[in-house]
Amino acid sequence: MVNYIWVFMTIVGIVFAAFNGTMEAVNKAVFDGAKEAVTLCIGLISVLVFWLGMMRIAEESGLLERLSKLFRPLVKILFPDVPASHPAMGYILSNMISNMFGLGNAATPLGIKAMEELKKINGGKNTASRSMVTFLAINTASITIIPTTVIAIRMNYKSISPTEIVVPTIIATILSAIGAILIDRYFYYRRSRKG
Amino acid sequence: MGLISGLSLTFIPLLIGFILLYGTFKQVPTYESFVEGGKEGIKIAITIIPFLVGMLVAISIFRASGALDALMHWIRPFMKSIGVPAEIVPLLFIRPISGTAALGMTSDLIAVYGPDSFIGRLASVLQGSTDTTFYVLTVYFGAVGIKKMGDALKVGLLADVFGIIVSIVVVVLIFGTK
Repeated sequence: MVNYIWVFMTIVGIVFAAFNGTMEAVNKAVFDGAKEAVTLCIGLISVLVFWLGMMRIAEESGLLERLSKLFRPLVKILFPDVPASHPAMGYILSNMISNMFGLGNAATPLGIKAMEELKKINGGKNTASRSMVTFLAINTASITIIPTTVIAIRMNYKSISPTEIVVPTIIATILSAIGAILIDRYFYYRRSRKG
Repeated sequence: MGLISGLSLTFIPLLIGFILLYGTFKQVPTYESFVEGGKEGIKIAITIIPFLVGMLVAISIFRASGALDALMHWIRPFMKSIGVPAEIVPLLFIRPISGTAALGMTSDLIAVYGPDSFIGRLASVLQGSTDTTFYVLTVYFGAVGIKKMGDALKVGLLADVFGIIVSIVVVVLIFGTK
């Protein structure tokens, strides 16, 4: 499906540009897009190195394991095929907690580690496992407690009450996370019915 | 708010301090472990580059050609008929594909319509309650070399649609449509 969407966006864009006279912009977009991607990755190196270094300490000291024990009942419901004491649990939880606090740059390295562990559980295959789909569904629904960036923008534009959107955001974020989990479950059961 | 922002400000330093002290207490060779873990970070960042380049080039072409604008233009009347204000439609389409563009649009909407307007509040809540699905999938699957995403994209995008609906309903119920 990704292959199709990828080709679709590119081809439709090029064809559209041919009729719309935006070929010049498209030419520029090819190299701007590539450049932005590389800049993003290079920018990620600093946070990846720092947080993966920190997390290695947390892992070796047993901190991650304690964390996963604490939330075991909840995570067991969400990820039934991950063994309870597996390091994947610790990474999944730390990723979710970082997301909740709006620490996107800490959440990404932890999420990648979680995916690595999930891949090991799945026997190293290059196909997405059930837990991976669930994990990413929760991640894209992005549970946020404090939407710091949005509050900053609202302050910037002289809102009477910049933080009035905090409670609605929490409600919306929790409901959409629940929705994401249910949608994920639905697709899982559909898959398993097909065999 | 003072308390909340203070809390998020001290959270990272506290976390770092706690990990280091706990590691020392458990007699982990902290500095060596940090370096070993950090090495992995470089590898991961390099691995993701081709995945992101491919995805961002496609998205840039789609946007720069005007195809995205045309799509939004066609879909606008339909969105309006189900109660979604036309001004917010571009944000809905950008949110799953580009985080920086979405942030730019949100601040633009807040600047133009005011932070305390219906559209300003809606943009604020939308920005906070959904995420850049394409980016998340590209980076996470790319980093660990997953080639077949299964239902992940479908699930992620449907979850976005659901999140958008929920955000609109919540804002209307709490603030009204003024």
